Amino acid sequence: MTRTLRLVRRRLVGSVFVLLIVVVGSFLMLQAAPGDAVDAYVVSMGGDAGLVESLRHAWGLDQSIWTRLANYLWALLHLDLGWSVTFSRPIRDVVLEHLPNTLLLMGSATALSFFLGSALGIVAGARPGSLRDRLLSTGSLALYAVPSFWLALVLVIVFAVDLRWLPIAGIETIASGKTGLARAADIAWHLVLPVSALGFIYLALYLRMMRAGMAEVWRQDFVLAARARGLPRRRIVLAHVARNALLPLVTMLGLQSAQMLGGSVVIESVFSVPGLGRLAQEAVAGRDTPLLLGIILVSAVTVVLINLAVDIAYALLDPRVGANEAAA
Amino acid sequence: MKGRFLQTPEAVAGTAILVLLAIMALAAPLLFPGDPLRIAGPALTPPFQDWTLPLGTDRLGRDVLAELFHGARTSLVVGLAAAAASLAVGAVIGTLAGFAGGLADEALMRLTDAFQTVPSFLLALAFVSIVGPSLGVVVMAIALSAWTGPARIARAEVLSIRERDFVAGARVVGMHPLEIAFREVLPNALPPVLALSSIIVAQAILIEAALSFLGLGDPNRVTWGGMVAEGRTVLRTAPFLSIVPGIALVVTVLGVYLAGEGAVESAAVRKGLS
Repeated sequence: MTRTLRLVRRRLVGSVFVLLIVVVGSFLMLQAAPGDAVDAYVVSMGGDAGLVESLRHAWGLDQSIWTRLANYLWALLHLDLGWSVTFSRPIRDVVLEHLPNTLLLMGSATALSFFLGSALGIVAGARPGSLRDRLLSTGSLALYAVPSFWLALVLVIVFAVDLRWLPIAGIETIASGKTGLARAADIAWHLVLPVSALGFIYLALYLRMMRAGMAEVWRQDFVLAARARGLPRRRIVLAHVARNALLPLVTMLGLQSAQMLGGSVVIESVFSVPGLGRLAQEAVAGRDTPLLLGIILVSAVTVVLINLAVDIAYALLDPRVGANEAAA
Repeated sequence: MKGRFLQTPEAVAGTAILVLLAIMALAAPLLFPGDPLRIAGPALTPPFQDWTLPLGTDRLGRDVLAELFHGARTSLVVGLAAAAASLAVGAVIGTLAGFAGGLADEALMRLTDAFQTVPSFLLALAFVSIVGPSLGVVVMAIALSAWTGPARIARAEVLSIRERDFVAGARVVGMHPLEIAFREVLPNALPPVLALSSIIVAQAILIEAALSFLGLGDPNRVTWGGMVAEGRTVLRTAPFLSIVPGIALVVTVLGVYLAGEGAVESAAVRKGLS
């Protein structure tokens, strides 16, 4: 357990530095954007030149860039992300309101691509080089080449417009008054298309990684030993080969989280899912740069936390991780 | 060893797609001179009806086939330029980090981590929306997050190369460390970095398409992503308009992947035999 704790501590220290760089980068982008927080406030609340002057002074915007950076960091430490013009509300509240929908979409899509991808990867990796393997490998590559927004539109045309099986957009039926399980089922029903559009594309990554890992394991001695013992092929594939190729896929889960978040931005805008992506688009349309950067900061924190969770899971699954660090 | 590259049917298909696409992109101004965004016929002409407009027209009466050809130019230019920029930046940063070591290495790697922590699409979206959409800005926005992969690979390579004898030799001769890093070490570290190029080109094409789909592409150029977005407004009556440019995107990106995979495989075979 101390091994895991030590790993977590080291990762946390690294993450703080990484997030600090992200914050400074976002501050620089904020500086590069036309207009400042006072302009934004006056646009949404109204005010004359005198108010602008006094606000600039009160908010410290007439000071040097270093003081402003320090103020920005200080505000962030207090979880203050600034003021959104488009919503006339604190950015933190707006972003946190939209985060759960994105996490739900991302999480479900990740689960879909991970489980289906690794299952198909086992099918392909059971006989590397076979026709089935080549079909699956190339087929998944073709799927990986599909732009997510386009797959989303095609799914909408087929399943929502032509067949009318599934809802066309949104996260739940508006003003349905549903609660509890009925509401959860309604949300799940609305998420079928968005999750498929996102999940099917990233399935290729897990499939190919599983397959490559299995091709590697097939060459190892213990597989030869298992074959010599006369174990049934199915058992060798599942218990020996696939099992040992599975671990690297867990790392992939963390590495992919940033890309999944980026992918859900596009998907949300196609399906009008009120999540971070949709919010980002509204921020772009409203020229609300502070809101956009607030979304980026929250996404970065989310990605860091997901990776931390994956690292912990990995350390618990594989006793070798961090073991030599403990010895050193 | 010649001909190795085209040995698998996948590599042949990929290369054929890319050659066809390059021809499309180069021939676009010859076959369809003038602005592809101008009105060419009645709006929403269905495909295969009027042979002067083989693929019909869109909601505003623009020639879909002409747009498709000119869109190939945008996708290829963005893909290649963004890949070139990110490979160059990544190779330089990775070499500096690996060769300098110590604190500089640590700082550059944390910087790389930071860029990998922010979802690349969100970063590109923010960058374009702050600076304003144009082809150059879109290329920069994509390169901004795509350099991290090449940087990591370059660093790992440099770490293994810098202990070799010829580097020690260069030191003894009295070469400047920067000269050693960029003239002796970097060229030797390049091959595995270049192996990433097909993935980066493909991702760049997809990111550009998504940006254009969300209305953040260069407004003065035809883009396939923009065509899909344009067709989306008439999705129920003319789904064709958003399906066709999407297929063009899929075929292009798949071509890049397949050709890239063929190249990497043939390089591996060559290495294994020599």
